[in-house]
Amino acid sequence: MDEFKTIGKSVEKIDSISLATGEEKYVDDFPLDNPLHLALLYSPHAHAGIVRIDTTEAESMEGVVSILHHGNTPDKLHTTAGQGFPEPSPYDSRIFDKKMRFVGDRVALVAAETIEIAREAAKKIEVEYKLLEPLFDSERAMDADAPRLHGDDAFAPIPVKYDPAHNLAAEVEMSFGDLEAGFREADLIFDNTFYTPYASHCAIEPHAAFARFDERGRLVIYTATQVPFHARRIVGRTLDIPIGQIRVVKPRIGGGFGGKQEVFLEQLVALVTWRTKRPSKIILSREEVFANARTRHPMRTRLKAGAKSDGEITTIELDCLMNTGAYGSHALTVLSNAGAKVLPLLNKVKNVHFIGRSVYTNLPIGGAYRGYGATQSYSAYNQTIDMVARAAGVDLLEFFKKWTIKKGETSEVFRVLGEGKEGVAQIIHSCKLDECIDRGAEAIDWYAKRGRRIEVAPNIVKGVGVACSMQGSGIPKVDMGAASMKMNEDGSFNLYIGATDIGTGSDTIMAQIAAEVLGITPDRFIVLSSDTDLTPFDVGAYASSTTYISGQAVRKCAMKVAEQIKEVAAEMLDLPIEGLFLDNGRVIDDVSRKAVTLDDVCYYAFYTSNQRQIAAGASHFATESPPPFIAQFAEVNVDIRTGRVELIKFVSAVDCGQPLNPRLAEGQVEGAVVNGLSYALWEEYIYDKNGRMTNPSFWDYKIYTAADLPEMATIIVGSYEETGPFGAKSIGEIAINGPIPAIGNAIFDATGVRVFEAPYTSERVWRRLKEEGVTD
Amino acid sequence: MRGEFRINGAIKECEFAPEAVLAQVLRDNGHTEVKIGCNRGECGACVILLDGELVNSCQVLAATATGREITTVKGVGNLHEPHPIQTALAETGAVQCGFCTPGMVLAAFYLLSRNPDPTEKEIANALDGNLCRCTGYVKIIEGIKLAAERMRANG
Ligand code: FES
Ligand code: FES
Repeated sequence: MDEFKTIGKSVEKIDSISLATGEEKYVDDFPLDNPLHLALLYSPHAHAGIVRIDTTEAESMEGVVSILHHGNTPDKLHTTAGQGFPEPSPYDSRIFDKKMRFVGDRVALVAAETIEIAREAAKKIEVEYKLLEPLFDSERAMDADAPRLHGDDAFAPIPVKYDPAHNLAAEVEMSFGDLEAGFREADLIFDNTFYTPYASHCAIEPHAAFARFDERGRLVIYTATQVPFHARRIVGRTLDIPIGQIRVVKPRIGGGFGGKQEVFLEQLVALVTWRTKRPSKIILSREEVFANARTRHPMRTRLKAGAKSDGEITTIELDCLMNTGAYGSHALTVLSNAGAKVLPLLNKVKNVHFIGRSVYTNLPIGGAYRGYGATQSYSAYNQTIDMVARAAGVDLLEFFKKWTIKKGETSEVFRVLGEGKEGVAQIIHSCKLDECIDRGAEAIDWYAKRGRRIEVAPNIVKGVGVACSMQGSGIPKVDMGAASMKMNEDGSFNLYIGATDIGTGSDTIMAQIAAEVLGITPDRFIVLSSDTDLTPFDVGAYASSTTYISGQAVRKCAMKVAEQIKEVAAEMLDLPIEGLFLDNGRVIDDVSRKAVTLDDVCYYAFYTSNQRQIAAGASHFATESPPPFIAQFAEVNVDIRTGRVELIKFVSAVDCGQPLNPRLAEGQVEGAVVNGLSYALWEEYIYDKNGRMTNPSFWDYKIYTAADLPEMATIIVGSYEETGPFGAKSIGEIAINGPIPAIGNAIFDATGVRVFEAPYTSERVWRRLKEEGVTD
Repeated sequence: MRGEFRINGAIKECEFAPEAVLAQVLRDNGHTEVKIGCNRGECGACVILLDGELVNSCQVLAATATGREITTVKGVGNLHEPHPIQTALAETGAVQCGFCTPGMVLAAFYLLSRNPDPTEKEIANALDGNLCRCTGYVKIIEGIKLAAERMRANG
């Protein structure tokens, strides 16, 4: 491993002081010249057709400028999923539709002089609905007599199974080995069904977008997005505006977590501004973010496993039923990842079958969410492993170490299961999961607590649990990121990247990568990211791709710039280029130790002879997706009488390759963990009988605050991934996979009772304790 | 209606509707450092000091705040002269998306002005009204602890 100067240092995030002093601007912070304010009218019915819509009264209100609905907007089917093209999500959405498919589906949009007028006018729109039988139960979605959500016109733009007649938004199947033989070989059979609920991303900045025309009549959209380039394409295609006429800018973003990998407000501001020639903006309320934006797809996961008496798992059959809600955003790819990111972990299992179905229901729309299907399915996987090890009487940690994938090994799953197509075969080049397990176990004091049922107070029993998981680093042979760079006279550089910093610190990481190549400090880079007019393309911030894919583009770009710098220096020093290297802001000749500074190089290149701009561009896509690995441990005290689970400690030990910036890496883990903890214990959508979400506020949908934290430990176990930039793999998503199963396993360790449905609220745990006769 | 506000030591005359909330009036008058995450008093993104007391400015009618002392995060420290709380949060990696950070800085400022040597638990409890979805709070608590140490050392 190389000795690094900047890589591996906890460089301060380049925007942190400007953020902490309130200087930075988010979408809603830009002044606009007399904008129109937009308010949406939503369907009060879960399933209905619009028979008549009358906007006369609303339109007559003073200050109302325009009202859009299905009768006066483009009818183009598309997906709002911000993915590559053609998207692997079905084209089942219109900007406005005649049919309402969940409480909160869009009926109309009012553009008015003030937001108050817009909201008032929205209430005055008269709509006559023809009510249709709603479908809320995903188990029933494919029944012959189930209400049908989407028509025959909806279609999948890539060749995959899509059957709207049976509410099937996506289906994925994969198998290898001989399932039946595997079960015959088994002495122990486990067949259990687990449930994970709907959840909201809860980025503290609500979704926001505005549009205006620039001086030359091009449309400029500022949006809180993870996918500026996809947003530009989707807006252009749905509204028939040439892509060259659109500029999408991503300013600071107040968190995304997948929720902003969705293009559903940009069309509205674009259309209003295009038609009215006035700036327009829309900011969702918190209630709208909960009920009308995107969510984590709930999943029912049935896992059937066969194991020999010594614990060797012979067969795994994974059956996932995913509820994609009213529209199929990410319906196929989240589902695929429920298998693809999970099943390779125990790569020695010879007989594997995975069947997944995403079905439509008249409930809120699913979408991308940190963990992306893996989180849902790891809940079942890790709890089943706990059961197997217990039944076989083997040490759980030793079980993981024995059966999980290792460096130099592969899994058939990689090759077979991709996203809507075959996967990409790959060998694991780096894996320190064993060390993660050991160090995590030590931090939680595993063997002193495991299986001991320590009664810390009357009726309060301690338990510990563990969960291991892997994720990926970008989508192989799909994701692409690009960078460009130019040099200035003082040896500073402009770095332009498509990569989308949504708070993760990727602007800083990219500067560190470039700095390492050029032998200077990261503060020499002026980073500008995600402006479709100025920066090169990038797929955006998703699939844990930024560090691994965009980072490699930056590294390549910086290497080209380094070559050009050396060429100029060679000319200046009149020495052969081969002996030159860059260090500490200088170009040095290895032999003579003669040197020139970077300032000298740029001045020379600009003004002296053979004048040129030192500048380069590069892009990168990857042919593999090296997984990071994590071991996560929970310690809980369970109150046997009430079912209350008190989380005492949570430990995460993670192998993310070479951490480029350890503090920012830890921050990714801690943020994902804490999101996962409240998902495991509290977070869920609650509906009334008509399918209306009844808890769309932070008051009723509780997320963790600082005061709720258990003792937290994050351990970065460094490894080196040879295919990544300076050895790095991803870190953004993986840590959200552990909380549900680790806590579920800890509850079992304390009580001997398995709770199959998350979140583990007191009521749910108490009910299970009662069912199993542990409490009365 | 019109009213005079004393924002970060400067007097500003603003026009606003009788039912307007302070958070929006501040934002409409250039103080976009006051963030709105929920508009319902549930997230703390809009926290300010009003006559020295920590309040969610989305829950205060602007009309009741005229003439009173308002401190936003820019009144605590700015880009050119950041407050030790701001530099410590930056150094410890406690600022991810930054949307919660103005509120966090003010909550910390309020805490440390009353309790210069808080325990981690006291810091955590003082942040109870401020949601952050990015950081998991660990580094925010660490940053505030570091700021407290430095502030004590410098009297
Ligand atoms: S915006 Fe005021 S508390 Fe959330
Ligand atoms: S840093 Fe993003 S919400 Fe706190």
